Amino acid sequence: MAPKDLMIGHPLSSKAHAKHALLYMWKIRKFEDAVEDLFGRGMMHGTMHLSVGQEASPTGVCMALKITDQITSTHRGHGHCIAKGADLTRMIAELLGKEIGYCGGRGGSMHIADVETGNLGANGIVAGGIPIATGAALASKLQKNENVVVSFFGDGALNEGAFHEAANMAAIWKLPVVFVCENNKYGMSNSTEKAFALENLADRGLGYGIPGVTVDGNDVVAVYEAAEQAVQRARNSGGPTLIECVTYRWKGHSRSDKNLYRTKEEIDEWKTKEPIAKFMSLIHEKNLLTQEEMDAVQQQATDEIIAAVNESVKAKAADPAGLEAAVFNAVM
Amino acid sequence: MLTMAEAVREAMTIAMEERPEVFLMGEDVGVYGGAFGVSAGMYEKFGADRVIDTPISELGYIGAAVGAALSGMRPIAEIQFSDFSAQAMDQIANQAAKIHFMLGGALHVPMVIRAPQGSGTGAAAQHSQIVENWFTNVPGLKVVVPSNPADAKGLLLSAIDDPNPVVFLEHKLLYKTPGWEPVPEGNARIPLGVSRVVRTGKDLTIVATGIMVKKSLEVADKLSAEGIEVTVIDPRTISPLDMSTTFESVDLTGRLLVVQEGPSHGGFINEVIAQVAGSHVFGSLKAPIKKVAGLNIPIPYAPQLEKAAVPQVEDIYAAANEIVKTWR
Ligand SMILES: Cc1ncc(C[n+]2csc(CCOP(=O)(O)OP(=O)(O)O)c2C)c(N)n1
Ligand SMILES: [Mg+2]
Repeated sequence: MAPKDLMIGHPLSSKAHAKHALLYMWKIRKFEDAVEDLFGRGMMHGTMHLSVGQEASPTGVCMALKITDQITSTHRGHGHCIAKGADLTRMIAELLGKEIGYCGGRGGSMHIADVETGNLGANGIVAGGIPIATGAALASKLQKNENVVVSFFGDGALNEGAFHEAANMAAIWKLPVVFVCENNKYGMSNSTEKAFALENLADRGLGYGIPGVTVDGNDVVAVYEAAEQAVQRARNSGGPTLIECVTYRWKGHSRSDKNLYRTKEEIDEWKTKEPIAKFMSLIHEKNLLTQEEMDAVQQQATDEIIAAVNESVKAKAADPAGLEAAVFNAVM
Repeated sequence: MLTMAEAVREAMTIAMEERPEVFLMGEDVGVYGGAFGVSAGMYEKFGADRVIDTPISELGYIGAAVGAALSGMRPIAEIQFSDFSAQAMDQIANQAAKIHFMLGGALHVPMVIRAPQGSGTGAAAQHSQIVENWFTNVPGLKVVVPSNPADAKGLLLSAIDDPNPVVFLEHKLLYKTPGWEPVPEGNARIPLGVSRVVRTGKDLTIVATGIMVKKSLEVADKLSAEGIEVTVIDPRTISPLDMSTTFESVDLTGRLLVVQEGPSHGGFINEVIAQVAGSHVFGSLKAPIKKVAGLNIPIPYAPQLEKAAVPQVEDIYAAANEIVKTWR
């Protein structure tokens, strides 16, 4: 059975759309809370890069995408994966090193891919996904299948050569790719003020002849609207767009971050601008959902995450036998 | 007892105090203190001009280190995970390594690239590789793989003094552990290209580097309790490779086991084997040479898979035991 499209369309266009946007932002939030908890209890190994506070950009962008459209993601990729429609149990199972995990326990948090939903994979290499997304867009152009590819990446990735080389190729070949830069103000400890001599990072597109737009990345509606335009442009052979979603990461960069490079005041201030509350007040203004309906959506997200954790915990651990046979694809 | 991270920091600090042309740059080496805390406090001590936070631009800042080195400075460039040296490879392999030779000696490149390598942290395939091998096949680069804090300090001081590009690879699991001997105070250097006999025994020679030295020493202790005495040799610098102590030892023990964490296919241990096989001590061998190395696979994430991918103490023990007991 071919997977169905998720909800496509403006987050405020109907009750169902509003519920979808809210549900997915809550799922991302609750997923990250669960990951932190599993980590804290010593059940998860490795490291984690949480996207708490950044839920609007994956959700808004993916509401502009068909299931056959593709994405590439980053080390901070749980949100992208969820918003594109991945199975929560297989995600958690991957983090717990289980056989049913998306990568059979071989990849972990930084490498989840889901072919069914067009997710070409998170990436441990900053900017590693950008040329890959560009290549997937080249395939779409050559195959004339009208798929659009979105590459999610952070502000830090804009300073890697990989971005620059890919952006230029996407522009000269008018490839159906959308570059979504989640500017959360820091690449690890390095602030955008220190890493750029630019005010708006979206201006990076100019040098390549790529339109750049800066949006409030904590506003799922603004993100959706910018993404929708860029996706249509890409689908109609208009070429790439660079969207800068201005947002903020609440948690440390990874598990070992002591937050020495920013103040508690700054973190607290950004918490007042958080995406879920912002969207709920829009829903309220438009009278789209009642408080009870919104509470029920939140509860649904919590229930889904709890069920995914419970099922994953019980699943069989990945087996080291067969690792060597797994390096190459044997199917011709 | 200092840890490896502290010993490396001490060496960098001494070098920066001794010579104004030495500086450190890399991602998050400033206020953050480096991803593994190696440069903690150095930004506060030396300031933003000598402890430079770079953007996430490995090709750019490694190239900038090459340029600065050509122009009178002695950069120490930290790569956050050695896996990302792939981004900077042109500047390392095609530029830094070749400039002195290719330009007829007109210029030289006194720089150090420091980076953590190795598995064991659950960071998966793109953050866990042993990359030493990527560099040993590039003439013009010196490659140092310290196994303990005392050696790390002395070797790093020499690497900074060296008029050539040196790739200095620290195992990330060693950062927080003390070695087996105190780190000498002061600025004593340990020369590059000189191997070390860490322990002597008459029955078997083990050659290993980095974290595998520690594991081999554990095996040697265990075997000693069973009446088998093992020599453990740490080449410390794998390019250029000092074989003199290995030849001497194999001549005596007649048995050789080589150990590396990196994938079996390729790697310095194969060079060790080839050199012994082609040397005057070949005739002293009483047993086939044995190697213990990582599987030829990318490093997997889950702890039980990651452990299966690289040699553990039990694997080294089993191999050592087999050589000695089968070939009496
Ligand atoms: C090529 C490369 N260089 C460095 C790193 C180490 N690293 C991982 S994430 C990160 C910061 C990335 O910042 P940004 O792109 O803004 O994404 P964010 O973490 O803020 O989501 C760094 C330096 C890496 N994974 N890959
Ligand atoms: Mg960032």
